[in-house]
Amino acid sequence: MLTKRIIPCLDIKDGRTVKGTNFVNLRDAGDPVSLAAIYAEQGADELVFLDITATVDGRKTLIDLVRNVAHTINIPFTVGGGISSVADVSALLNAGADKISINSSAVRNPELVNELALEFGSQCIVVAIDTRYVGTEHIVHTHGGRKPTELRTIAWAKEVEDRGAGELLLTSMDTDGTKAGFALELTAQISGVANIPVIASGGAGSMDHFVDVFTSGKADAGLAASIFHFKEIEIPALKEYLRTKGIEMRL
Amino acid sequence: MKTVIIKYNAGNVQSVMYALERLGTSYLLTDDEAEIRSADKVIFPGVGEASTAMAYLRERRLDKLIPSLKQPVLGTCVGMQLMCRYSEENDTTCMGIFDIDVRRFPSSHQAGEPRLKVPHTGWNSIHTLQGPLTNGLSENAYVYFVHSYAADVCPETTAVCDYVRPFSAMLHRDNFYAAQFHAEISGDVGQRILENFLKL
Repeated sequence: MLTKRIIPCLDIKDGRTVKGTNFVNLRDAGDPVSLAAIYAEQGADELVFLDITATVDGRKTLIDLVRNVAHTINIPFTVGGGISSVADVSALLNAGADKISINSSAVRNPELVNELALEFGSQCIVVAIDTRYVGTEHIVHTHGGRKPTELRTIAWAKEVEDRGAGELLLTSMDTDGTKAGFALELTAQISGVANIPVIASGGAGSMDHFVDVFTSGKADAGLAASIFHFKEIEIPALKEYLRTKGIEMRL
Repeated sequence: MKTVIIKYNAGNVQSVMYALERLGTSYLLTDDEAEIRSADKVIFPGVGEASTAMAYLRERRLDKLIPSLKQPVLGTCVGMQLMCRYSEENDTTCMGIFDIDVRRFPSSHQAGEPRLKVPHTGWNSIHTLQGPLTNGLSENAYVYFVHSYAADVCPETTAVCDYVRPFSAMLHRDNFYAAQFHAEISGDVGQRILENFLKL
């Protein structure tokens, strides 16, 4: 059976992980390659690297990082952050990224999704959607969730699928950082209308939150950052637990 | 030992190259006939769309070269599909090394049944394992798939995966081997399969 996926997310700035980690056996907690290797070893199904570097030099460092990660780990990984052209994607894929993720640039220029899918295939194009509940509707936000757009979240999810996205990475700004659980209802709604996999992000605080997101949230994958980095939840224990709840896991 | 990766317009082959480096194997990425013919092992990767890939192979006569090879050849993902008889993807006649057709997963689903998304993306288990490439693997080992088309199960099937319908996760005939999944990013299981191929 196809398994549900557990995906740790690493925030990268100038080639280093930020927000820190609690891996005592890690010689250098800021080194994303060592951290990636540990997660792969522990049974993470995939990794996401989110680059928050703004400078040109930092972007070059990112390419080196992608090359090192691809060289080291034997599971798939996605790179996102600041990608806005075919050339950006080409450089990352050639360095060894398996997938790329776009967010604000897709909102600014939806045609980019079509271009990337045509050029590289849908299988490597993830569209990240940051969403927040405003008034009576879920609205797409950009700039790390600060800036509202005109787009309704569910319609936008469907649109990017039609344009050729291969996966959706849905982050609820309402639940992100709360550790109170994923946005289950919205995730389930999107998973119901989209015929491509949905990665749920934002709000994981306990193992049961992952149970919920895979059952009532109907997500295909669950993504989290700090709870993994600070070992509040360890991946092997999480996957064992999910399996006891009848959720298919790769162990 | 000389390992060659066939170079054509098949998208990203970086992960295959890195996987070989992790196994300590040197390789050559080439579309040169003499180089390919003289290799000990040939890897035929593939990501992308079948008809464009076949057109490219025909233009360079690689569609005649590949089926005539005598050393072990491993096709992966779309590479595997191109080694079959025919692909529904843009009505493409393929190389016919394996006597089976490649069909799309239906995107519709029966009412009341769980929704199965296309492409088939993620880790799935393979079973009914046979042949040398699966040496050392346990039944229901997990490997990483991303595809919308798949070859049916046939006498040449050496691993089966179930998604919508049972399909060929691996094929084998004579010196030709193929895997629908991405062994290069399928963790330790994928690494073992590549190792087994290199040891043939």
